[in-house]
Amino acid sequence: MNENVVLHVADVHKNFAGLHALSDIDLSVEQGETHAIIGPNGAGKSTLLNVIVGRLAPSRGAVVFDGTVLTGRKPYEINQLGIARVFQTPEIFPDLSVLHNVMIPALSKRDGAFKLNLLRTLESETAIREEAEEVLHDVGLHERRLVHSGSLSRGDKRRMELAMCLIQKPRLLLLDEPTAGMSRHDTNTTIELLKKIKSRGMTKVIIEHDMHVVFSLADRISVLAGGRIIAEGAPDEVRGDPRVQEAYLGGAH
Amino acid sequence: MNPALITRNDLLLFLGFSIAVLAMPIWLQPFGAAYPDLLQRFAIYGIFAIGFNILFGLTGYLSFGHAAFFGVGSYAAVWSMKLVTMDAIPALVFAVIIAGLFALVIGFVSLKRSGIYFSILTLAFAQMSYNLAYSVLTPITNGETGLQLTLSDPRHLDRILGFASGSPTLLGQPLLGFAGFYFCAGLLIIAFFIAQRITGSPFGMMLKAIKSNQTRMHYTGFNTRPYTLAAFVISGMYAGLAGALLAITDPLAGAERMQWTASGEVVLMTILGGVGTLVGPVIGAWIIKYFENIFSAFNEVILHRTFGFLPDGVEDFVVLVTSKFVGEGWHLTLGLVFVLIVVFLPGGVMEGVRRLHHLITRRSGPAGKPATRTQPAE
Repeated sequence: MNENVVLHVADVHKNFAGLHALSDIDLSVEQGETHAIIGPNGAGKSTLLNVIVGRLAPSRGAVVFDGTVLTGRKPYEINQLGIARVFQTPEIFPDLSVLHNVMIPALSKRDGAFKLNLLRTLESETAIREEAEEVLHDVGLHERRLVHSGSLSRGDKRRMELAMCLIQKPRLLLLDEPTAGMSRHDTNTTIELLKKIKSRGMTKVIIEHDMHVVFSLADRISVLAGGRIIAEGAPDEVRGDPRVQEAYLGGAH
Repeated sequence: MNPALITRNDLLLFLGFSIAVLAMPIWLQPFGAAYPDLLQRFAIYGIFAIGFNILFGLTGYLSFGHAAFFGVGSYAAVWSMKLVTMDAIPALVFAVIIAGLFALVIGFVSLKRSGIYFSILTLAFAQMSYNLAYSVLTPITNGETGLQLTLSDPRHLDRILGFASGSPTLLGQPLLGFAGFYFCAGLLIIAFFIAQRITGSPFGMMLKAIKSNQTRMHYTGFNTRPYTLAAFVISGMYAGLAGALLAITDPLAGAERMQWTASGEVVLMTILGGVGTLVGPVIGAWIIKYFENIFSAFNEVILHRTFGFLPDGVEDFVVLVTSKFVGEGWHLTLGLVFVLIVVFLPGGVMEGVRRLHHLITRRSGPAGKPATRTQPAE
């Protein structure tokens, strides 16, 4: 196998009460690439992502990340190995300020899964704070850092969630429809941001509906339909594949 | 100031709180509450509520069984005074350790669930503890009668040192009257300081984050179990400290201290004062203990004297109505106050204080400022 492979989904099956949500999934993501997973609704995209991050256990097969088997590990252990995730509906800390939202993942990166850090004050964590402010600059939320994050717009929440992942400098970033529900302008801003991250060499897996986003970012695309990968390759190859046209691109696009 | 030690705002709050607590014998005079026995209770239940708030207010886990730790603390303190010494310090240390171990076991099991299931588990454990204390464990708890100090207690350390006292002491000084109050007040201030440090630490932020979104915590790489367990044990130790203090100021530990009504009381205190705030739970504790001790003591004679200025017929009527709300009926008044606060001030007394402060600063603010402020919709 290619030694540049960071994430290897090996022969994964997932059944839900007899329904084959995923069958024979074999997927390799290489270091530094942006790998998009596309497919019609119900194709199993989110299920696949949930299997990778440990939210769902596969019925068969395994997920291997850089030589470590992820299958059977808890979500927090998988994050500590260097995998961060942006959710379809932003999962943030709505009761805390934007700055604190971004400082928490940085503390996890520094202190690990648990630390009884009682003797310091949050104000004295200046290194963590500076790091958080820098990332907030990158995503364009710096002026809003003291705002209660629950009151942010949906687009801003997504950007903040992205900042929460980026501050951990993950080795693999998983994005579940990072631009869903965003205006065209916000979508373009996000694409620019993701391109910037890409130039830093971060490996990404993106699930996306929006073809504009997929073809602007992806190095490789896997097309999922009915729980199977029906095509895989560079964007131009996939665009021209008749099976893909039939299963997915044929309709609305 | 070095921000690693304490921030300026925290220091001001701490100083203000300490002064208010130490001056209680003065400012509670007009309310008729400035006698040591009640003041001690204010301090003791303040500690209980502060500790409860670390679990409920910060971490978002509502325990309905904290009276168990309070009761365990009481029993442990009385045993320390029976077997070792009348001195308060070993009793407190022993009680806090035992309550902490007890909380570790109950928390370990209860925290396997969250939300309502967690609450029910803690309630079940507390009722089990109550029943054990009431009947099964009579050799340890003296059952119905309650555990008390007697002259025939061994008190090994006191005997060796040739020291004898009929009541609890602190380094040889009796803890009676105001000495007892200042001892409790000092511990309340220390308890407040520790809670303040926890709230302002990175650890405290993790607890708030767990309350806000536990799923995100998992995907951010945190193992939340040790965090919630640590919060549970800390709040159990606070409850144990409060229980021990009650046993020291009134050396009798009974099983009724562990009953579910006692667990419910600390929930009421915290909600009444303001969940998640530092000062709120203490104020809630003071309000409830004030009602319990002062309102319940009002009788018809006092009411007739109060309303004596009214014409006879009216006076009788007013006394008839108000007498339902005092004396035996103090629970009715407390219930009404609780309902009014939860309906109109969901953030408790502290939200009232914030709104008042907001109103005042807006009034005295620059004239050009518009009177209406747009608030983000919830």
